[in-house]
Amino acid sequence: MNDASLSRRKSKYTPRTMPVSKNGSKLTTSAMIASLDAEGRETVAAPFGHALVDLAKTRDDIVGLTADLSKYTDLHVFAKAYPDRFYQMGMAEQVMISAAAGLAREGFTPFATTYAVFASRRAYDFICMAIAEENLPVKIVCALPGLTTGYGPSHQATDDIAIMRAMPNLTVLDPCDATEIDQATRAIADHPGPVYMRLLRGNVPNVLGEYGYKFKLGKAQMIREGRDVLFVSSGFMTMRVLDVAKRLQADGVDCAVLHVPTIKPLDVETIAAEAAKGGRLVVTAENHSITGGLGEAVGAALMRAGVHVPFRQIALPDAFLDAGALPTLHDQYGISVDAVTASVKAWL
Amino acid sequence: MERDTSNVSLERRAYAIRRNALLMGEVQGQGYIGQALGAADLLAVSYFHALNYRADDPEWEGRDRFLLSIGHYAIALYAAMIEAGILPEAEIETYGMDDSRMPMSGMAAYTPGMEITGGSLGHGLGIAVGIALGLKRKNNPAFVYNMMSDGELGEGSTWEAVMSGVQWKLDNLIAIVDFNDQQADGKTTDALAQVPEAGRWEGFGWFAQEIDGNDMDALVAAFDAARAHSEPVPRVIICQTKMCKGVPFLEEREITHFVRVEPEEWARALTILDEDRPNE
Ligand SMILES: Cc1ncc(C[n+]2csc(CCOP(=O)(O)OP(=O)(O)O)c2C)c(N)n1
Ligand SMILES: [Mg+2]
Repeated sequence: MNDASLSRRKSKYTPRTMPVSKNGSKLTTSAMIASLDAEGRETVAAPFGHALVDLAKTRDDIVGLTADLSKYTDLHVFAKAYPDRFYQMGMAEQVMISAAAGLAREGFTPFATTYAVFASRRAYDFICMAIAEENLPVKIVCALPGLTTGYGPSHQATDDIAIMRAMPNLTVLDPCDATEIDQATRAIADHPGPVYMRLLRGNVPNVLGEYGYKFKLGKAQMIREGRDVLFVSSGFMTMRVLDVAKRLQADGVDCAVLHVPTIKPLDVETIAAEAAKGGRLVVTAENHSITGGLGEAVGAALMRAGVHVPFRQIALPDAFLDAGALPTLHDQYGISVDAVTASVKAWL
Repeated sequence: MERDTSNVSLERRAYAIRRNALLMGEVQGQGYIGQALGAADLLAVSYFHALNYRADDPEWEGRDRFLLSIGHYAIALYAAMIEAGILPEAEIETYGMDDSRMPMSGMAAYTPGMEITGGSLGHGLGIAVGIALGLKRKNNPAFVYNMMSDGELGEGSTWEAVMSGVQWKLDNLIAIVDFNDQQADGKTTDALAQVPEAGRWEGFGWFAQEIDGNDMDALVAAFDAARAHSEPVPRVIICQTKMCKGVPFLEEREITHFVRVEPEEWARALTILDEDRPNE
C-alpha cells in the first residue's frame, strides 16, 4: 500500500471550489469530538470523570491534574466535586507530569490529563524518567486517541501507543466504551504502577454491556465467537468490528471478536490460544498507525509463540493524516465499518 | 504589493477581516470566531502597516516572515490573507471543508502564506529564533513575526525561545502576543500568565511593550517602535485584546475558549458589523 496515495492533499497552490458531497450533506470538520458513533446508540456522559469522583469518595490519595484541558478530558467533573484536590497546571504538559511524579512520591495517586498527542510527544521524557523509571503510580489519561479529530496531525495521536508501548514499566490501555472506561478507571487506581490510558470523552457510546463484558486489567476477552475470522481489536475499533461482524453474518461469514483493552502487558496467552485454534483469518483492528501498535504487538507475539496463521492488520497508515470530517477520514483510512467490511471481504 | 501603500484605512481593513472571519464561521457553523474578532485589529496592522510581502508570491525571499504559532487562530489569519489578496475570497465557502486549502487548524502544507504548521502550541517562537538566525546568515533584512497566544506563555518551550532570542541578539525577531486572558479551561491569569506581562519579558532582556490590542493607534505606534528599536534585542508586543471584539452581543456573552454561535446568529453578527462599517 502506498501511503501517499491515501492523501487527499493537493498542491497548496491549486485553487479549490466548494466540495460537493455524494448525498448533498455538508461534511464539516469534526472538531474535538464529543461523541463517536453515537447515533442510535446508548451513551453515557463523562464516564471517566464520574468514575473518578466516585473513587475519590473513599480514596483520599486521589488527586487530579490537567494542562488546560479539564473540560476536554472530563476531569472538570472531578474538579467540580473536589476543587481542593484538583490542580490546574496551565498549558504546561511537562511540569504537569513532573509534578504528578512529585505528588506520587509523597504518597498520592495522581490522575493527569491532556490530549494523547501532548502527553506522548511533548511530555515523553518526563513520563519516562520521572514516572516510569521509578515505577510511580501516576495515571495519565488522554483524550483524542488515534484519529478522533479532523484537525490534522497536531491533534491526531496516531502514534501514541507505539511511543508508550516502548516505555518499560508503563501499562498501556485502549478502552472501548463507557462501561469499560468506568471499570478501567477504578482498576488503574488500584494498580501500583504507572498507566497510560486512552480516553473517549463527552457522550461515550455504551456497547459492551449487552455482551455481559467486565474489564479485567491485563486480560483479553472474547466478546463474540466465530469460525471464519478472528478479530483482535482494541479501543473503539472493537465497537466497529462488532458491527462488521453483524454485517458479515448476513454474507455467511462468521466473525469472532477478541477485545484487547490492555495493550501492554499484552495477554499473549489468550491471544495465542485463540489464534492457534486455526481455520480463521486473524485480523487485528486498531485506531492507531500500522507502526508499533496492537497489530505489530500481536503479530510478533504470535510469531514468538510459534503460532503461524493468516494475519492481516486494520490500522491507520504510517503517514501524517489529512484534516477534514471524521466520517470522510475514517473511510479514507480504512477504519470505518464500511471500509473494514470491504477489506475483510477482499481478504477472505 | 510590498508594504501596503493604499489609502484604505486600517479600521476598514480590520472590519473586512472580521467580516471574512464571520463568513467562514458561518460555513462551518463553528470556529474560533472569538479569537478572530479579537485579533482582527492586530492582524490589520500587521498586514496593512508593518509587513513587507507580495500577495501574488507568498514565498518571495524578501518577505517578512509571519508565523502563526497558534493553529486554532487560522480562521483569523485566513481572513487577513483574503483581505490582503494572498488567498482568493471565493474560497471562503470552502473553509474547513474536506479538501479545502483552509483547514480549521493552520498548516503550512495546505495554505499559501501559512509559514508553519501550528496546532501543537509553543512551537512558533522557537522556529522564529531559527528563522531569525537564518535571515541574519543570509544578510536578509526581513523581520520574523511570531503571532502567539497568552496560553502559550505556559509552555516551557516558549521561555526557552525567549532566552535564546536574547542570547543570539535577535533584533529581527518580533513576538506578538494576543493576550485575551482566555485559554481552554478559563482565564489565563488564573493559570500561568500575568498582568502586566511585559515585566517577565523585560527581565529576560526583551524590548517589551504592552498595549490595548484593539486600539489602532496604539498598535501602529507599537509596531513602529518594535521595528525601529535600536538595541540588539528581540521585541515583543503584548496586545491586550477583547474576544469577540466588534460584535457587541457576542462580546457580552460569557466568554469561553470556544464561543458558541447559534446558526441564525452569524447573519445577525454580520448585520451588526456592517452597520458600523468604517469608511475606506
Ligand atoms: C501543546 C498543546 N497543549 C494543549 C493544547 C490544547 N489547546 C488548544 S487551544 C488551548 C488553549 C491555549 O490558550 P490560548 O491559545 O490563549 O487560547 P484562546 O485564547 O484561543 O482561548 C489548548 C490548551 C494544544 N493545542 N497544544
Ligand atoms: Mg488566549
